[in-house]
Amino acid sequence: MKLTLKIWRQENANAKGKMETYPIEGIEGDMSFLEMLDVLNEELVAKGEEPVEFDHDCREGICGTCSLQINGEPHGPDKLITTCQLHMRTFNDGDTIVIEPFRATAFPVIKDLIVDRSALDRIQQAGGYVSVNTSGNTIDANSIPVNKHDADDSFNAATCIGCGACVAACKNASAMLFTSAKVSQYALLPQGKVEATERVLNMVRQMDEEGFGNCSNTGACEIECPKGISLENIARLNREYLSASTKS
Amino acid sequence: MGGFIQSSTMRKFAMALSGLFLVFFLLQHFIINLTSVTSPDTFNELSHFMGTNPLVQVLLQPVLIFGVIFHFAMGFILEAKNKKARNVNYVKYNGGANASWMSRNMIYSGIVILAFLGLHFYDFWVPEMVHKYIQSHPEDATRYYAETIAKFESPVRTGIYVVAFIFLMLHLLHGFSSSFQSIGWNNKYSKALKGFTQAYAIIIPLGFIFIAVYHYLNH
Repeated sequence: MKLTLKIWRQENANAKGKMETYPIEGIEGDMSFLEMLDVLNEELVAKGEEPVEFDHDCREGICGTCSLQINGEPHGPDKLITTCQLHMRTFNDGDTIVIEPFRATAFPVIKDLIVDRSALDRIQQAGGYVSVNTSGNTIDANSIPVNKHDADDSFNAATCIGCGACVAACKNASAMLFTSAKVSQYALLPQGKVEATERVLNMVRQMDEEGFGNCSNTGACEIECPKGISLENIARLNREYLSASTKS
Repeated sequence: MGGFIQSSTMRKFAMALSGLFLVFFLLQHFIINLTSVTSPDTFNELSHFMGTNPLVQVLLQPVLIFGVIFHFAMGFILEAKNKKARNVNYVKYNGGANASWMSRNMIYSGIVILAFLGLHFYDFWVPEMVHKYIQSHPEDATRYYAETIAKFESPVRTGIYVVAFIFLMLHLLHGFSSSFQSIGWNNKYSKALKGFTQAYAIIIPLGFIFIAVYHYLNH
């Protein structure tokens, strides 16, 4: 397969970036998208040029590290997958592929295609936890009865890998889907009820302070989420927030 | 206003409530307008009631004006904040792959509706205020029908009304159902509710278009 790659190149966080064009040949359909970039980088290194920097880690869709905007969509055109699970068979011989970093003011570019997504970590740190007594009297979690429906919804919310595709896809660069998944995963369980009020208020406050946009319910986040996190979580966040606002 | 409602979630909530209020007002406005087609006398009676009832004039009218101004002002504030949230745009952004045109262009359909409201106020509200409070004419309960249909003699003005209602339809197709999501309503009834909101978003503006075109053709 012969392709033309248009890739965002940026020397560092302060440099002005631009799109560069790279023709590439010999790409197999069974290669993953990241393997295709590996091939490109080997060619660039062989020519003495700077390789394209991009984020990756597990390469099996569970770590949320890979973060590329491919042809105008986070993680590319296929649904319910991360960039590392995207295969080159999705594309056709002769295609031009545009590859950019996830764009949001809260996700500043570090270099080339790598962005700083620590804003999501700070939202998590603001309230995405439960306080557990670990003094030796820890209660077995299984001894607390949990409604099956709530347990399933909580688990589904917990499958969010924090990749930031929701932010990248949203026309407003909103992190509402991420935040709502992290709020929901605890709000649905008895262990999470104790800190529910402070959790949702603090996490939304941190989300706003990081400079993410406002959710306007376009649903783009849900469509592009590699884990299929549902908009129901955003509605739950809204309910939790309104309820918490009346208590605080 | 941005300071009045600090958090993004509360801004969404306020936007949704003001939108739902305006949706309800639209239904009431449509029902009264429809009587101009079915019964001019009923239209005159209802218009006279709305124009002279102290409760409507002193309480409901200011609430409506506040609701309209709030909804538009908040819309512009949210748009400005959202633009700031992405300081570098994508070279290629395939928004159509994951969201409807209506949901991505609420600000533009809203601007068209705002421009239309300017014309609508110029056509009806301003002359009404001049008639009642500046020229202080004695109330004539039979004047409303003739005054209304006179506005639709112009094909240009009728055309502008038709275009504005098409944009209202596009705005409501996303905005009405979106309001329920913003107030936390997303459950097993949401699919049925979305069907209702979309039917409303199509039928009510089409009804307004019908009334405008009817009066144009029958003037």
